Amino acid sequence: MLSFVLRRLLSSIPVLILVSLMTFALIWLVPGDPASVFLDASATPEQIENLRRQLGLDQPIWSQMLSWYERVLSGDLGQSILLRRSVADAILERLPITLSLAALALFFAVLFGILLGSLAAVNHQRWGDQSIMAIALLGLSIPDFWLGLVLIVVFAVQLGWLPSGGYVPITEDFVGWARSMALPAFTLTVTQIGFIARMTRSAMLDVLRQDYVRTADAKGLSHSFVVLRHALPNALVPILTVTGVIAGGLLGGAVVVEQVFFLPGLGRLIIGAILSRDFPVIQGGLLMLAVIYLVINLIVDLLYALIDPRVRYG
Amino acid sequence: MTGVPLSQKPPLLTVEALSTATGPARRRLTILEDVSFTVSPGEVIGIVGESGSGKSMLALTLMNLLPRSIVRTAGTVRLGETVLTNLSNKAWRDRRGRDMAMIFQEPMTSLNPVMRIGQQIEEVLVRRRRMTGREANREAVRLLERVEISSPAERLRAYPHELSGGMRQRVMIAIALAANARILIADEPTTALDVTIQAQILDLLRQLQADMGMALILITHDLGVVAEMAHRVMVLYAGRVAELAPVDSIFDDPRHPYTKALLASIPTIESRRERLTTIDGSVPTVGAMPPGCRFASRCPVARAVCKTLAPPVMPIAEDHGVACMEPFGYALPSSADLPGAA
Repeated sequence: MLSFVLRRLLSSIPVLILVSLMTFALIWLVPGDPASVFLDASATPEQIENLRRQLGLDQPIWSQMLSWYERVLSGDLGQSILLRRSVADAILERLPITLSLAALALFFAVLFGILLGSLAAVNHQRWGDQSIMAIALLGLSIPDFWLGLVLIVVFAVQLGWLPSGGYVPITEDFVGWARSMALPAFTLTVTQIGFIARMTRSAMLDVLRQDYVRTADAKGLSHSFVVLRHALPNALVPILTVTGVIAGGLLGGAVVVEQVFFLPGLGRLIIGAILSRDFPVIQGGLLMLAVIYLVINLIVDLLYALIDPRVRYG
Repeated sequence: MTGVPLSQKPPLLTVEALSTATGPARRRLTILEDVSFTVSPGEVIGIVGESGSGKSMLALTLMNLLPRSIVRTAGTVRLGETVLTNLSNKAWRDRRGRDMAMIFQEPMTSLNPVMRIGQQIEEVLVRRRRMTGREANREAVRLLERVEISSPAERLRAYPHELSGGMRQRVMIAIALAANARILIADEPTTALDVTIQAQILDLLRQLQADMGMALILITHDLGVVAEMAHRVMVLYAGRVAELAPVDSIFDDPRHPYTKALLASIPTIESRRERLTTIDGSVPTVGAMPPGCRFASRCPVARAVCKTLAPPVMPIAEDHGVACMEPFGYALPSSADLPGAA
């Protein structure tokens, strides 16, 4: 198991190098001189030259790259042009909001997705199955921004139960935090439950047909025990794959939902940076997202090995 | 092989007029039809037939493990005094792994790949026989010794993929033994194994059966296995019983043309240079069952009446039944007994 973890960690290094290279190269995709793009048309040549020096654009490309790696490895992602502060600080300040939103949504999506999917599989081709699958399809088809707006209208504007937006840090007030996260997390969850439920259903249907489930049935174990103890662990592998993909997708979804609910998360930071061409922030944000993706994939792979002994020794 | 004195003991398992079918209610396709037999305590009954004869379906019906697409349409299964077919699914489920256990054809896929061998044996002991974890562990070691697996304590921690096919089938047998069942149903337990392993597993089964005195329903298409293991034999053809007799009668005095053809197709040492004898044609499929005797189209002694009249299993000796009119002069015995019948 330890060697599996080590091998898996080592194999993520090349990906990290590639991702960071692409992030670095981003600045060169801008047509013309980046420095003049950052500043508006009224900037003087001196201001542009200053910015060029500040961004290191006057150096040869290999030395720019070296210094980029040097800075990134020491945790320095540069200075935001717009916010006039360290990019790393700006990201770290907003990261917990995005991560907690995504984690909440993921937790509930996995919980209810597996529950509904399993129920559908066990009741295959009966009304329970068909109604669950209809709901799952509905959840899949609803755009998250639309659902978010509807929820705001109903629960914030009309019923007045929950705030329509904004963020309360968990360290200040737990109830306030929970209230501020309820609608965004729910919005994000609903759109992802369908994926997990459908995957769970098909994985469970496949597993329930397997010989070893029949063996477990032949032992006279109760049906719920057979489903939970014998079938579900075997169905978890494909479910986990989907969950990994969804976890990445949730970060993307969080960008939209943060916008709708006015949450100051990483998504809004990046969107703001894109709109104002704040390149250091875009670079830092992308790098951060890529690292999160890598970590998620690493966790998924480790969970595979935890679930399936054949992966561990393979 | 000498038979146990069968007639003295009351049967342990009684199957009467069992039928199963598949498909929607309007267009039922019969799979098993009118299957009746008994199994006495400690008896080994061999169930033989080609692929598609309904052997495995019969086993699954007895265990109430039929897939949802197949239903029991008629008949009763009695275990001792209990009519299993009157029980709820839940109550019948409770009989499995207690009174009756089953081992399957495919040892490679019959064990849960993500659970240790030990867990898969111990859960029967803990959940079905109310043992504590420690007792179950000790018993599981004993069971693995029983099925002749070396270093059993270590093997309990192994996962199925770490074991060979023969080993896995031994584990399956250990699981069946854990149930302490009175009847063991073995559905082609050696078909998927190497020939040398086959002999070992059969020896093991025979020895365990004799030691523990449990009844064994051995499903196979291998008449050699039947000759070695069974006290009685039931020959199935296309979902119907063709012949049911003690093993000696089946081999020395087969009365059904299908049984005869099956016996003729066993290659012998003397005949090894010749072409293998086969039965022409194939088993009719479920959707295309002919009226009358289902073997008629392949039968060398079939007459016109065979194509229209399906004979039930009729006694030709005290313990020998056959579903063919040829031994009765091509007439059902009841009508043959009537005066003036040809």
